[in-house]
Amino acid sequence: MLEIPYILSLIVFLPLVAGLVMLVLPSDRKKLIYRFALGTAALTFLLTILVYVGYDIQTAGYQFVEKYDWLPKLGISYSVAVDGISAPLVLLTGIVIFTGVIISQRIDDRPGQFFGFLFILATGVFGVFVAVDMFALFFFYEIAVFPMYLLIAIWGWKETREYAAMKLTLYLFIGSVIALVGGLAMYFNSGLNTFDMIALEGANFSADFQNFWFPFVFFGFAVLGGIWPFHNWSPDGHVAAPTAVSMFHAGVLMKLGAFAALRVGIMLLPIGAATHMWWIILLTLVNVVYGAYIAMVQTDLKYVIGFSSVSHMGLVVMGFATLNHDGFVGAGIQMVSHGVMTALFFAVVGMIYDQAHTRQISELGGVAKFMPFVTGAFIIGGLVSMGMPGFSGFIAEFPIFMGVWQAYPWIAIVAVISIVITASYIIRIVGAVFFGDLPKALEGHIHDVTFSEKLALGLLSLVLVGLGLFPSIMVPMVESGVDKVLALFGGA
Amino acid sequence: MFSSITTEMILAILPEISLLILAAIILVVDLVISEERKGLLAWLTALGLLVTIVLTLVFSTPNEDAQMVWGNMLRHDWLAFIFTLVFLVGAAITVLFSIGWENLGKRGEFYLLLLTSTMGMSLMASSADLIMLFLAIETASIPLYVMAGFITNDDRSAEAGFKYLLFGAMTTAIMLYGFSLLYGFAGTTNIYQLAGSALNGELPMIIVISTLLFVLAGFGFKVSMAPFHFWTPDVYEGAPTPVTGFLSTASKAAGFAIMVRFLLAAFPSNIPQWALVLALISTFSMTIGNTLALVQKNIKRMLAYSSIAHAGYILMGVAAASQLGLTSVMYYIIVYLFTNLAAFGIVVIFWRAVGSDQIEDYAGLSRRAPHLATAMLVAFLSLAGVPPMGGFFAKILVFAAAVQAELIWLAVIGVLNAIIGLYYYLIVLKVVYLYRSEDDDKPLPVSLPHTIALAVCIVAILVLGVAFGPWYDITSRAAAALF
Repeated sequence: MLEIPYILSLIVFLPLVAGLVMLVLPSDRKKLIYRFALGTAALTFLLTILVYVGYDIQTAGYQFVEKYDWLPKLGISYSVAVDGISAPLVLLTGIVIFTGVIISQRIDDRPGQFFGFLFILATGVFGVFVAVDMFALFFFYEIAVFPMYLLIAIWGWKETREYAAMKLTLYLFIGSVIALVGGLAMYFNSGLNTFDMIALEGANFSADFQNFWFPFVFFGFAVLGGIWPFHNWSPDGHVAAPTAVSMFHAGVLMKLGAFAALRVGIMLLPIGAATHMWWIILLTLVNVVYGAYIAMVQTDLKYVIGFSSVSHMGLVVMGFATLNHDGFVGAGIQMVSHGVMTALFFAVVGMIYDQAHTRQISELGGVAKFMPFVTGAFIIGGLVSMGMPGFSGFIAEFPIFMGVWQAYPWIAIVAVISIVITASYIIRIVGAVFFGDLPKALEGHIHDVTFSEKLALGLLSLVLVGLGLFPSIMVPMVESGVDKVLALFGGA
Repeated sequence: MFSSITTEMILAILPEISLLILAAIILVVDLVISEERKGLLAWLTALGLLVTIVLTLVFSTPNEDAQMVWGNMLRHDWLAFIFTLVFLVGAAITVLFSIGWENLGKRGEFYLLLLTSTMGMSLMASSADLIMLFLAIETASIPLYVMAGFITNDDRSAEAGFKYLLFGAMTTAIMLYGFSLLYGFAGTTNIYQLAGSALNGELPMIIVISTLLFVLAGFGFKVSMAPFHFWTPDVYEGAPTPVTGFLSTASKAAGFAIMVRFLLAAFPSNIPQWALVLALISTFSMTIGNTLALVQKNIKRMLAYSSIAHAGYILMGVAAASQLGLTSVMYYIIVYLFTNLAAFGIVVIFWRAVGSDQIEDYAGLSRRAPHLATAMLVAFLSLAGVPPMGGFFAKILVFAAAVQAELIWLAVIGVLNAIIGLYYYLIVLKVVYLYRSEDDDKPLPVSLPHTIALAVCIVAILVLGVAFGPWYDITSRAAAALF
């Protein structure tokens, strides 16, 4: 196996360095900038594959560890590593950045800045997934927040971009700073003078302390995970963002929130988690069912996908909230499955919108005749979304429902309704947008997509199907990570 | 009589001596140089300041133990040393930004005033005696009044200078009254002997606290904290922009230098009381500054209100009154120095090219001058407290200090304020990046000195935000000098 030293740091900082270079490249060299971006994305993707393949499930625990002092007096270190839960997320980020850059060929306005900010965003995301030091986690988390603002505000959909970008940024910033106060409280209360999360796991915070601070930390991050009633920024943000950013946003960024809520909230404050989870799971139930319902009644194709994200991310947090093995494993897989699926959906919606210049479901139809490949990819995504066996959605959602059933059977029963609702809107879209007759207004406007766009869709579909048919490529890895989480709850 | 003067004493005031010599040189050169070559004065001043910085670093580094020098008038310690460097750097960058400013950049008096004020600030930071402190404050302030009103044919500048003078005179009078009460109660003017006097313990609390409030009026004016902030927006808006940058950084830092030294040296046994007072003032400063900044249309006024808010954040660290708290204050001030100088520097550059300070006129800047827009992005995000800029780590430190001191309510208020801050900084960035203007294609010239000054600031902001280890060591050493 090829071993690259400092591979995680390379993954984190390669996009940053490339992004800074893109910011200073002259903006009229559009071809050059695009090729450079594509090369960087491909290299990053390759590195994430190496990390994923190189992760040794037998040994489990943290691997590819790198640790350097940053500010030893305050116990801050630059400390990165991946475990069974974060390694798949690193891979997910690699996939999404690569496919996102591929389909961004048509970015015409200041492409250097677009890709520059996109890659700086990627640095923030990678940093959070691999951080073992809480300070580093916050540092990268907030790096991820602000490029988002510019990406949506500048290159987004003209109607709502300013409003959506500001709303999104403020929501996320509020969440992160509130979590930060909780993080600082943990730091001082532990008396260990370290931000190292592995050390803080053993800090034995008192039950009162944990019960008080858990909601701060958990919700601070879960805002980015789209938890109800703080989900409102997400559909607006998804819709307003340009395609690549929507993909990145729904596909990766929301996982950032869920992941950090797990890493800092649940894992460092397990007693607090156990105390509060009974009502948090009710909130996620609202996410799952209500989100799906709202998605069903949307008339704008992109809003449907946006709200379906709220629903599916609800399942992730619901899986966490069970605090049992099946729930955690399902949630871990769901993060990847949903990430790839949403990226695929947004890519397809972007391709349709680019040609039809409308996203109203009622104004579309018969696209399948002109874009057979895109239609196929969308249907695969749809089947994943419905949780159909043979696709990754099933591998993810089935364990979540099993876990919920073990913990709160009634919630499982109610939550399953969402599958029916999801099926109904997916089938409706497939019928109304891809089949039927092409409306007169669109005649002559719809053409097939380019080869590179097909490549991106193909790659995303491949992951969804591959994971569905061969769950063993990911499930054991996530299980190895989950065992460690469960150990914090005094059992396996 | 000179036999009692030792080398240590000279070295302790080396920066001040150097500044004085430099001021004299400027005065003479200004007289002999021909009119068209007066542009050299600025470069000469900048060079002189650079030499002073190097001299200070090489010869004036204090020992681990603080020394009282010049008949207990000055205290040569790390706090004074770091603050002196802050003032010198601030002055040097201000000089570079002044180059090319109409009616200012080629005037020898301006640089003379700037150097005198810097010398006063440097003395403020090391004063250990009330009389010395008062003289230092006046030495620093009076040139600033003149500098704010320097453009005499501009009504707003004249108004700014006069308003600043009136507010300054008023608060200084109150502060002086406080000093006289302190002397009356304690029988000494030495700040470090006040702690052992009747003030700590024997007198009723109400008298001690009200005396303290009198003194705080003077200090609060310098740092523009609520409720002594009313002059800030008008003066910041009216004063020539390079002067505004200097006012908002070096002058504010000087106010904090005397505040932390005075409070911790003179009132160590009343920490809970004054910490509470400062926590409340911090709350008001942050909230007033941030909410009023929201509605500003003029970028200088917006930055003025934001500077009131930042005084509030810094006060959070003072209110924590701990080693970490004072370290955070120092760190914040250093970050704020570079960040705000960069912000005002951009305003200088923009005004010189476009002739407007209105936020809406910044539209299209990212197309006209992408690199300037990037610099603005860095500076404003640092003000907002976003990594990897220095403002992030500085904010983390003050919040951490508040949490450690169990002022969690204050930390939460600070955090909420940071969100409001982010909002209005982003609004400006939105105008810069998103909106278009008719002048999109016109390039925006940036002169060499401005480029140098801005580059120094931007690099410093990023270094302070990423490689914070050495800076934290230095600032914590300065904070340790207070305990």
